Amino acid sequence: MAILKFENVSKVYDNTTKALNDISFSLEEGEFVSIIGPSGAGKSTILRCCNRLIDITEGKIWFDGKDVTAMNKKELRAVRTKTGMIFQHYNLVERLSVMENVLHGKLGQKSTLAGMAGIYSEEEKLEAFNILRGLDLADQTYKRCDELSGGQKQRVGIARAIMQQPKLILCDEPIASLDPKSSKVIMDHLSNINKRDNITCLVNLHQVDVAMKYSKRIIGVTGGRIVFDGPPEKLDIKTVHKIYQSNDSDLITDVKVGA
Amino acid sequence: MKKKENILAVRKVTYAVVAAVIALIYFGAAYITEFKMSEGIAAFPGAFLWIAENLMPDEQAISRIPKILSKLLETTLLSVAVTVFAAVCAFLFSLLGTRTTKINPIIGKAVRIVAAFFRNVPDVVWAMLLMFSFGQNILTGFLALFFTTFGLLTRAFIETIDEVSSSCVEALNATGANFIQCVFQGIIPSSLTGIVSWVLYMIETNIRSSTLIGMLTATGIGYLFDMYYKMLQFPSAGLIVLFMVILVIVIEGISNKIRRVIM
Ligand SMILES: Nc1ncnc2c1ncn2[C@@H]1O[C@H](COP(=O)(O)OP(=O)(O)OP(=O)(O)O)[C@@H](O)[C@H]1O
Ligand SMILES: [Mg+2]
Repeated sequence: MAILKFENVSKVYDNTTKALNDISFSLEEGEFVSIIGPSGAGKSTILRCCNRLIDITEGKIWFDGKDVTAMNKKELRAVRTKTGMIFQHYNLVERLSVMENVLHGKLGQKSTLAGMAGIYSEEEKLEAFNILRGLDLADQTYKRCDELSGGQKQRVGIARAIMQQPKLILCDEPIASLDPKSSKVIMDHLSNINKRDNITCLVNLHQVDVAMKYSKRIIGVTGGRIVFDGPPEKLDIKTVHKIYQSNDSDLITDVKVGA
Repeated sequence: MKKKENILAVRKVTYAVVAAVIALIYFGAAYITEFKMSEGIAAFPGAFLWIAENLMPDEQAISRIPKILSKLLETTLLSVAVTVFAAVCAFLFSLLGTRTTKINPIIGKAVRIVAAFFRNVPDVVWAMLLMFSFGQNILTGFLALFFTTFGLLTRAFIETIDEVSSSCVEALNATGANFIQCVFQGIIPSSLTGIVSWVLYMIETNIRSSTLIGMLTATGIGYLFDMYYKMLQFPSAGLIVLFMVILVIVIEGISNKIRRVIM
């Protein structure tokens, strides 16, 4: 069964900007899918619609067989606890420790009072620590997040998402602010989680080569429409130019794609 | 290359125009108000001499030190109490006003308008208005300071929260955290430094303002100053000014220390 399904989804911002135009696709459980497309294509909008950080204008979105668009607050909260999210700018609470940020992954499953006061059980703390160890962050556990490097912060972001024990992880340009080496570390971790825990990953990327290397399936978006949806082998240079609306030699790295 | 030179030329012209406009405004304003810089400067030595002769504390002034200190303490405590109380109200109010919490755009707009109203009426005017209902009373001063502080802090808090908390609140929302959890685990930890900094600044400002308001409402150190001044007992009034300056410097020192500690 599809874990996530978009049915003719459209989104209009402020009655003027048509960000998404009749988008339909579905993700099977355990897939690793990348979304590529130029700036302003609507990639971030697609991701934020999945857990309704943004409300859509038209269409339907199904998560795990339930209609997200028709949910009340409580049901929506349940969906959000099952979807992790990773951001380009990490979106951590910089002044809190690494541990506290990771434990935030459990907030959605806690009572208001316990969450508000930040009261966590020993098992939860142990779980958080084990996740941090898996991401090579054990030494940073009690550091404040504003003392970390970008690559470390993004791993804290991943740890917070894993802490949710999610079915789906949404990543909005997870490596856009990182150097090539940290980028590889982050992508390897995401790929690893996907394979090991069978968590579905939907990743926005600006780097076509990274998308081709890590994903089994790529969705190309341009001007709010899907113009390509298929495995990396099917992505030829013509399609890449169509996605980025560019001509030969217009792209900074001409991608080595199948002819 | 050509373009770059062009930009530099444009920038030079801009600077020249700005300098000319500033000069024009200064001379225009001086002409209209009949203010003469040279006369102003010439009056300086005389003014200082007068201060030195008349405001030097004498024996009578020194015997009044306990009274002055107790009034000074009263004013300081009032300022601190007002600021802290206004800050708590402003924080709750600003939660409704920020875009970060996405409560409701109409409520947000309403909050901003109310805050702007309270902020833009000067505290002295508030004091004069409130005197009709409450009379010359410490409550009048309290409310006057409360209103402006509340208006100003609401706006400052909204801006602080929107600037530093919106990204982490988005992430906490995405984990399924509810409103109260987002406030306590996201907004408060991330914007606390900014908020405390604003509150300290307002305490300093309010100590100065409360002196002025005290003259109107006949309370606190402002009243004492006004009384000595009108009785032409300048040495006592001068002593109050001296203590005020010391107090403000001490408060500034303390708040700088607090700022450094919480950074
Ligand atoms: N909050 C908003 N209000 C109004 N318009 C918006 C808002 N967010 C996005 N848009 C518009 O919607 C369109 C799609 O934006 P989106 O952020 O989804 O693009 P993107 O593909 O993620 O771009 P990028 O690669 O630069 O992140 C753009 O035209 C953008 O200007
Ligand atoms: Mg984006």
